[in-house]
Amino acid sequence: MLSAGPTPRTRLDRWDSVVEGEIDQPRRWTWEEFRSLPVEAVTKDIHCVTKWSKFDTSWTAVSVDTLLAGVETSAEYVVAYCDGGYTTNLPLEDVIGGKTWVAYEYEGEPLEPAHGGPARLLVPHLYLWKSAKWVRGLELLIADRPGFWETLGYHNRGDPWGEERYAGD
Amino acid sequence: MDAEELRLDGNAAAGLLGEVFPFEMTTAIGTCAGCGRAQAVGALVLYRGGMGAVLRCPSCDTALIRVASIRGAHLLDLTGTTCLRIPGEA
Repeated sequence: MLSAGPTPRTRLDRWDSVVEGEIDQPRRWTWEEFRSLPVEAVTKDIHCVTKWSKFDTSWTAVSVDTLLAGVETSAEYVVAYCDGGYTTNLPLEDVIGGKTWVAYEYEGEPLEPAHGGPARLLVPHLYLWKSAKWVRGLELLIADRPGFWETLGYHNRGDPWGEERYAGD
Repeated sequence: MDAEELRLDGNAAAGLLGEVFPFEMTTAIGTCAGCGRAQAVGALVLYRGGMGAVLRCPSCDTALIRVASIRGAHLLDLTGTTCLRIPGEA
């Protein structure tokens, strides 16, 4: 359990998801609008920097490619921001091309608040701290902006296969 | 385990903070950058997970102190603390 604060419990009628920043036109979805987007069944292994992995986890999720479809941007980085104030940064190329999703069901059940519900980022090819719980938006950026753990000594990208745990790895 | 089960009294950070500061840190008074409340570090709320320890304001949840222990070093962030009053000898 990677939590660095209290568990947010945002009402769905007050939840929205936003894509903003270096973008031609900001985008926003209410919960109902988000749930009407095309969904994917995603089965992936996940890897935590605290040295555990879980295999074949299954999620119902909206691809970030769907959220960014048609977007015109010169951004090269993304910051995911969340209820509770958590942030994490990613290169744009790590969230496009079928690699990253916003997930709202785990193993066929609504995602529990303790596990990031109602929706969390799912970036299975990077360490789990990049799969930000309680995600509410993506900010597209020209310049990188390290997030909550990245500013406290953890690796800026976090590739498990490169064992990119800490800054300098 | 729910995050709430990881929620501890700030005094539980005494051991960790004792490794970082050469004085009794839990009695220092920190002023929250979020809401301006001044309180003893021991009165903050500690969330201690595998990646690091976060001490938050009990009023507004601002992270006053963040500590990660990485490869024998302690990395400390006090961005959420505008002032830290450390008791000296009378």
